[in-house]
Amino acid sequence: MRLTVNGVEHDVLSPPLATLLHVLREELAITSPKAGCLQGGCGACTVLVDGEPRRACLTPIAAIDGASVSTVEGLGAPDDLSVVQAAFHAHYAAQCGFCTSGFMMAAQALVDSDGQASREEVIAALSGHICRCTGYVKIIDAVTAAVNGDVRTAETDIDMGPRDEETITLVPGSPA
Amino acid sequence: MAGTLEATEVVVPTSRQDAVAAFGDGGDVTVVAGGTIVVPEITHGRLRPRRAVLLGKAGLAHVTRERGRTTIGAMTAVSELEGLPEPLGATARNVADIEVRRQATLGGNLCAPPGVESPRGDLQAALIALGAQVRSAGPGGERTDPVEDLLVTGPEGRLVLEVEFADPQAGAQSSVRRPHAHAYTILNVCAARTGGEVRVGVSGAGPRAARCRAVEEAFAQAGDAEAAAARILDDVTPHDDALASAWYRSRTLPVLVGRALTDLS
Repeated sequence: MRLTVNGVEHDVLSPPLATLLHVLREELAITSPKAGCLQGGCGACTVLVDGEPRRACLTPIAAIDGASVSTVEGLGAPDDLSVVQAAFHAHYAAQCGFCTSGFMMAAQALVDSDGQASREEVIAALSGHICRCTGYVKIIDAVTAAVNGDVRTAETDIDMGPRDEETITLVPGSPA
Repeated sequence: MAGTLEATEVVVPTSRQDAVAAFGDGGDVTVVAGGTIVVPEITHGRLRPRRAVLLGKAGLAHVTRERGRTTIGAMTAVSELEGLPEPLGATARNVADIEVRRQATLGGNLCAPPGVESPRGDLQAALIALGAQVRSAGPGGERTDPVEDLLVTGPEGRLVLEVEFADPQAGAQSSVRRPHAHAYTILNVCAARTGGEVRVGVSGAGPRAARCRAVEEAFAQAGDAEAAAARILDDVTPHDDALASAWYRSRTLPVLVGRALTDLS
């Protein structure tokens, strides 16, 4: 089996009935899609297969041999965020982050399809994704902004913490 | 019987003929359509297929509408049914969420084994109301059955290829409202008038959807939706499951049937 994931071709060694989620996480160490319910109900495993949102936990790889898969790892980099990532950051749309990659890939599919989308259309497109933390409002704000071109990625200021190791101070008794 | 995933023989036919040949007489074959039902069974260790036939590339996804008839291939995604005549369109729009609807298929929904915790197979009720005919392959070759007959004899022994129905004059759907997009509906009632004749189908009141002949007869005679709806328990025997009790279903069904018949007129 062959899969192209985020532009890189892989020969897949897992058995043909293994799920795409298993292959991504366990064989290819691409861990952004999450194992939530493992029965297609929560959306935490959603990735793009040939541009379409698919529940990776429901997809045997034999059904998508040769396909092109996109995950959050392929969306952007910390210093070069994609529109969807910048929107989630600007609108504070993630808390624990477990649902986030699924929401982001569904959002990316919306961004990639042409045209604008109303808030109601965004809600309909995301309705299969569950979030336990945020109460959804900020996620919908973020995706609506991203889809309607309302996000300025160049101005998004990501604070990644100190880059100079000598400026890190360990506090006695802290977990670090 | 138990084995690892490596031991499964996986066949991905690339044509209708190859799919029929791969299915053979259906013995010891697991058919994988959209995967929404079968793959979680495998993931959770409840199913270890010896032989799996994956239908995604067999050319069985198609919708044809001509001369007042609609033909739908078994691998057509539920999302592709949303714009089709009522009650099929409304029922399809009420299934799961938009992403699952793109993976789930008409054939998989039709052949769904009865759910243990919650009902499945909402589309079965719509197809019954539409008087759909089902073309299938398996022991004895290809044949065509009325959908309600196939549901009784068991679609799991057949490879469903396509369904076909005459476009109705009117269609209506009434179901218990789902709390959220991840939920199943407890009951789905579908009614349609085709060629002057009204058919009624119900899913969620028994292991598979059923045709409601007592309701149909009463409605054909008197045209009174409520009186006809009261006959529903002559047609089905509701059951208990994790979502609802038989008692609740018995109380709710006549209301839903009454609504569907009223909306039809």
